[in-house]
Amino acid sequence: MTDTARQQRISRPFDPFDFMARYGTLIALALLILFNFAFTRNFATMQTLNVNLTQVCTIVIVAVGMTLVIATGGIDLSVGSLMAISGALAPMIFLGKIVPIDNVALAVAAAMIIAVGVAGLFGLFNGWLIARFRIQPIVATLVLFIAGRGIAQVLTNGNLQTFRVPQFQWIGLGRLFGIPVQVVLMVLLVIAAAWMLKRTVFGRQILAIGGNERAAELSGIAVSRVKLVVYTISGLCAGIAGLVVIAINSSSDANLVGMGMELDAIAAVAVGGTLLSGGKATIIGTLLGAMTIQLVRYTLLANGVPDAAALVVKAGIIVLAVWIQQHGRRA
Amino acid sequence: MTRQRLISMLGSYGVVLALLLLVLFGWARYDYFLGFFNITSVLRYNSMFALVALGMCFVIMTGGIDLSVGSTAALGSVVAALASPQGALVGLGAGVGAGLCVGLINAILVTRLKIMPFVATLAMMLAASGTALLLADNQSVSVSYESGFTSIGQDNFLGFPIPAWIAIVAYVVGWIVLNFTSTGRGVLAVGGNEDATRLMGLPADRIKFLVYFASGGLAGLAGVILASQFGAGQPIEGVGWELFAIAAVVVGGTLLTGGVGSVGATLAGVLLLGILFNVLNFENGKGWISLSAYWQSVIRGLFLLVVVILQAKLSSRGSVAVRDY
Repeated sequence: MTDTARQQRISRPFDPFDFMARYGTLIALALLILFNFAFTRNFATMQTLNVNLTQVCTIVIVAVGMTLVIATGGIDLSVGSLMAISGALAPMIFLGKIVPIDNVALAVAAAMIIAVGVAGLFGLFNGWLIARFRIQPIVATLVLFIAGRGIAQVLTNGNLQTFRVPQFQWIGLGRLFGIPVQVVLMVLLVIAAAWMLKRTVFGRQILAIGGNERAAELSGIAVSRVKLVVYTISGLCAGIAGLVVIAINSSSDANLVGMGMELDAIAAVAVGGTLLSGGKATIIGTLLGAMTIQLVRYTLLANGVPDAAALVVKAGIIVLAVWIQQHGRRA
Repeated sequence: MTRQRLISMLGSYGVVLALLLLVLFGWARYDYFLGFFNITSVLRYNSMFALVALGMCFVIMTGGIDLSVGSTAALGSVVAALASPQGALVGLGAGVGAGLCVGLINAILVTRLKIMPFVATLAMMLAASGTALLLADNQSVSVSYESGFTSIGQDNFLGFPIPAWIAIVAYVVGWIVLNFTSTGRGVLAVGGNEDATRLMGLPADRIKFLVYFASGGLAGLAGVILASQFGAGQPIEGVGWELFAIAAVVVGGTLLTGGVGSVGATLAGVLLLGILFNVLNFENGKGWISLSAYWQSVIRGLFLLVVVILQAKLSSRGSVAVRDY
């Protein structure tokens, strides 16, 4: 940083909008926790922590992929449907409906790998439409949003698949060192993605494309390849989240798994401080954003406000967060 | 002829041609396909989607998007059902009014607070849905059968379903506004290049304000029809309507980047997607195949896929041609 630049930075007056845009989500989260300590009964218990963490997990896992997609200036509407596909496929495999497999561990491993892999392939398909045909991401992923859930319903004929396979349900119900497995999974994914975005060339390329795609292309970045990878990652994340959801429920309903997830994930990303137009992204912010939305909902429910009113509040938070960030940028 | 114009013409003729082929196919293959009952029931049901898609078409032509239309329709249906004991017109007015309220908030968020349409209308989708659930107490609200409210959705006028009449009137008005008023021309100008529109002195913000406001009102109207057709306000209906409407608009050749679009082709897009489902039902009735209702969304998705790839191919070829000259 040159001297003049430093001076300018120092002499800049304090701007509340800029401050809120940077730290607003964190402050909101802290205030919410304080409020709950003061007013919500039985808040400071392990059970509260567990309930909130397990509920927020699937949203965070999907939102990590969504953050990367949005960082390139895109959007992925298909994540909920991809969750349904992976959630429909896995039980079919480990229950031996396609090919009977005797060894349970082998069946579960195959189920996980194939289900997540198929979701990844569908993500790749999204990326292919966007990179190869230059179709707008919102339209390209709309195709699988509509068709994807249909595919999952056709696979299962719309039937509920119930199961009790502890080896599989470990990812939703098991614990590692006392911590729920899906929380460990979420933390690992968040760390990996945050590191990738900040420290790797690939991460910087993602942000460059979101900032100015044409400039990125002219400076030699393989834009198409980066997009393919990013949408594939989003598909993989959705696939994993689908497995976690059905493991928790001990059942898979293609009509319901991942319903509305695309909106929850986008909301988490927006509240977390990632620019929806691309070019600036924060994975940790997405984690905080998802937790804030979850905690708001929990706070309202725990204090007797109906779930429907929580939806309205959620809408207000999204608008407020995005509005503050836009002001912060302009200042 | 400019490239975009060419694409939109190919798009609109393409969708009309596809619609004609589909109807011909149905007429040749199924006995009662062009029967009075089938035609009126298809029109009666799809008129709701047609209204929502009309509003969406205008919003998309300005380069925006309105994700809130589905839950706005749900809210409209609940409000209309609650107001229906006061009379059919009161129910109608209340439902449309509720939709206009949502549209108004969308318009303020987009034009005053400068929040991206995608985010603003996403938030309003949640808010409208939450309000609908609160008003309805999480269950469907029965409409009044004494006040004549149900005739809006269920009766005929001159032998033709009233919802279809409403949709026809709305489309005629939409067509006139788009093609013969300065506001309509302004809609396309804003979508084509917003900054240039502003510099030319056109009221870009007012135009955008109007399209979101109108889209909300049309969604509310669709909600009124929903409530009176099925006899209940349904707070959880309308899920995915926005995406169906976007698909219909895209199939009709309107570019999502704005600036190009056609009201008539949007209607053709709605009918195409609706009749596709109808044909599927007839085919199941024939017994040769038995596709479950779940195939419907797969086929719609595939259809959308083909259309967007064709659009993309045409537009990229077009751009090369422009560069040559």
